[in-house]
Amino acid sequence: MRTPIHRRTSAALRPAVLRTPGGLSMRVAPRTAAVVAALTVAALAVSVLLAGTGDYPMGPSAVLRTLAGQGTAAEEFIVLDLRLPRLLVALLTGVALGLAGAVFQAVSRNPLGSPDIIGFTEGTAAGALVAIVVLNGSSAVVAAGAVGGGVLTGLAVYLLAWRRGVHGYRLVLVGIGAAAMLGGVRHYLLTRADLVDAARAVLWMTGSLDGRDWSHVWPLLITCAVLVPVVLGRGRPLRMLEMGDDAARALGVAAERTRMVVMGAAVLLTAAATSAAGPIAFVALTAPQLARRLTRAAGPNLLPAAVMGALLMVAADLVAQQAFGDRRLPVGVLTGVLGGGYLLWLLWTERRAGRV
Amino acid sequence: MTTDPPPGESRLRAESVTLAYDRRVVAEKLTVAVPDRSFTVVVGPNACGKSTLLRALARMLRPARGAVLLDGQEISARPARQVARTLGLLPQSATAPDGITVADLVARGRYPHQGLLRQWSREDERVTQEAMAGTGVAELADRYVDELSGGQRQRVWIAMALAQQTPLLLLDEPTTYLDIAHQIEVLDLCARLHEEGRTLVAVLHDLNQAARYATHLVALRDGRLVAQGSPAEVISEELVAEVFGLPCRVIDDPETGTPLVIPAARRRAGSVTGAGRRTR
Repeated sequence: MRTPIHRRTSAALRPAVLRTPGGLSMRVAPRTAAVVAALTVAALAVSVLLAGTGDYPMGPSAVLRTLAGQGTAAEEFIVLDLRLPRLLVALLTGVALGLAGAVFQAVSRNPLGSPDIIGFTEGTAAGALVAIVVLNGSSAVVAAGAVGGGVLTGLAVYLLAWRRGVHGYRLVLVGIGAAAMLGGVRHYLLTRADLVDAARAVLWMTGSLDGRDWSHVWPLLITCAVLVPVVLGRGRPLRMLEMGDDAARALGVAAERTRMVVMGAAVLLTAAATSAAGPIAFVALTAPQLARRLTRAAGPNLLPAAVMGALLMVAADLVAQQAFGDRRLPVGVLTGVLGGGYLLWLLWTERRAGRV
Repeated sequence: MTTDPPPGESRLRAESVTLAYDRRVVAEKLTVAVPDRSFTVVVGPNACGKSTLLRALARMLRPARGAVLLDGQEISARPARQVARTLGLLPQSATAPDGITVADLVARGRYPHQGLLRQWSREDERVTQEAMAGTGVAELADRYVDELSGGQRQRVWIAMALAQQTPLLLLDEPTTYLDIAHQIEVLDLCARLHEEGRTLVAVLHDLNQAARYATHLVALRDGRLVAQGSPAEVISEELVAEVFGLPCRVIDDPETGTPLVIPAARRRAGSVTGAGRRTR
């Protein structure tokens, strides 16, 4: 028997249209726009708090005054030289991971299709470990190793999953297999490492923002400045791919090319984020799902996921620095705990909805 | 029975195509022309290449040999978006994204007419509304697709294909998984779209429905064209035996006068014992 009550969408979910006299038009759901605005404001507010947090605490007004160039020399050194790079790494890592997660989940049509689960994060970790343990490299070599490992893993997974195009389940399964193998490589390297290298490797693999300076910011900033617009520009064809390849191609979408471009960009974004901050756990998995639940909009929700990622990173860092007194935690520990909890909750609700 | 190409114009045709997935050849040297303004229905037993032929006609599958021509040009050589404004396909595999509303799904049919800076013109709005009204789903516009009945959902997908505004529309088994009333509802809708001037190509399983709705019938077996023409010309007891391997009688459909296939009974009604008898 069918229930007589049906969910209906509210007016805020119905897209509003902006038109210019020249015939250009934009289509935006008011609720999505509001979510993006609210998340941006929240991320910036937490950022101000975070910039005031540390051995030399500062109030929000002092932070804003310093950012505007009105602070004392000591305040300027602390905020601009010490804390701002760390803050920017956190925000940019969040944007990169949130966007990459949204891309992989859209391409694999699976909420588990995030770089954490399908091997790219393991790939970057293995690359960085080779740089630390085998090459005894500097932090620049470690960053390069991480990017190299991530890109190689991305290529390998793509090629192995390719059979007349890449499809959702195959990508997730091949990725999980790759992650398991790379995990083995990682453990092997750790057992071979001496104590100093091992400690360095373990700290790196936890994902930490400690000691990040402008040399970490620039590569990440440039990567994001180039690749975020590339991905956002493919948002419309990517949304069409959700209906299946044939349906999308019937509408004139170049399915395989779209997928290659956005996946390539997402692998590079993940690699850049990981090389700057280590493998931050679960942000790429949770940000798109949380964003989607807030906007209640179909589609990959790229921009909301990116902003949500940034908010998650700064919020996690703030909690990691403040909640445990003098013992500050690496940010990756916190995102790991939060993300793991979220994953359990997701599986629980999906199971109750009969989808798992 | 005839295997000659039909007289008249054909914007869409497959010329001596060999269709294959990897090494597995599904059809060889198949030539099929879709007469303009026809309601062409492709029939044949399972795995005879019906859907594969449709996918090739819709440029989803590139022929290993031969060519699919749209307006005299090879279809795979033309820009995808341009083709998408001429030829629409409703694939069997289409899945509605989670949490999408009817209006949003239908609006996606406008994709080939839009651009990054021209996302939603007044024309898009008008055509989408018309497509929903024309398929009887206008009152469902704000509902979520995943909570509709199968018949409603299929009409929504057809509305999406209509919003694409293509003179040619290809449908891969549009009635599969629907109960009989919804099958007829969808086919009546297709017949109306055909009467409005579109060229329709559909893959159907039910031979009697094909005979009733098609103006042009294409019968395949093992990737070969066995016959094509009007249902009255094509459907005969010999053809059904040849294509489906089914002994049958063909009589006139009492409703429409089109051929009606009655499969031969294994046992005559009189010899039935017990089961199947109606008790009064």
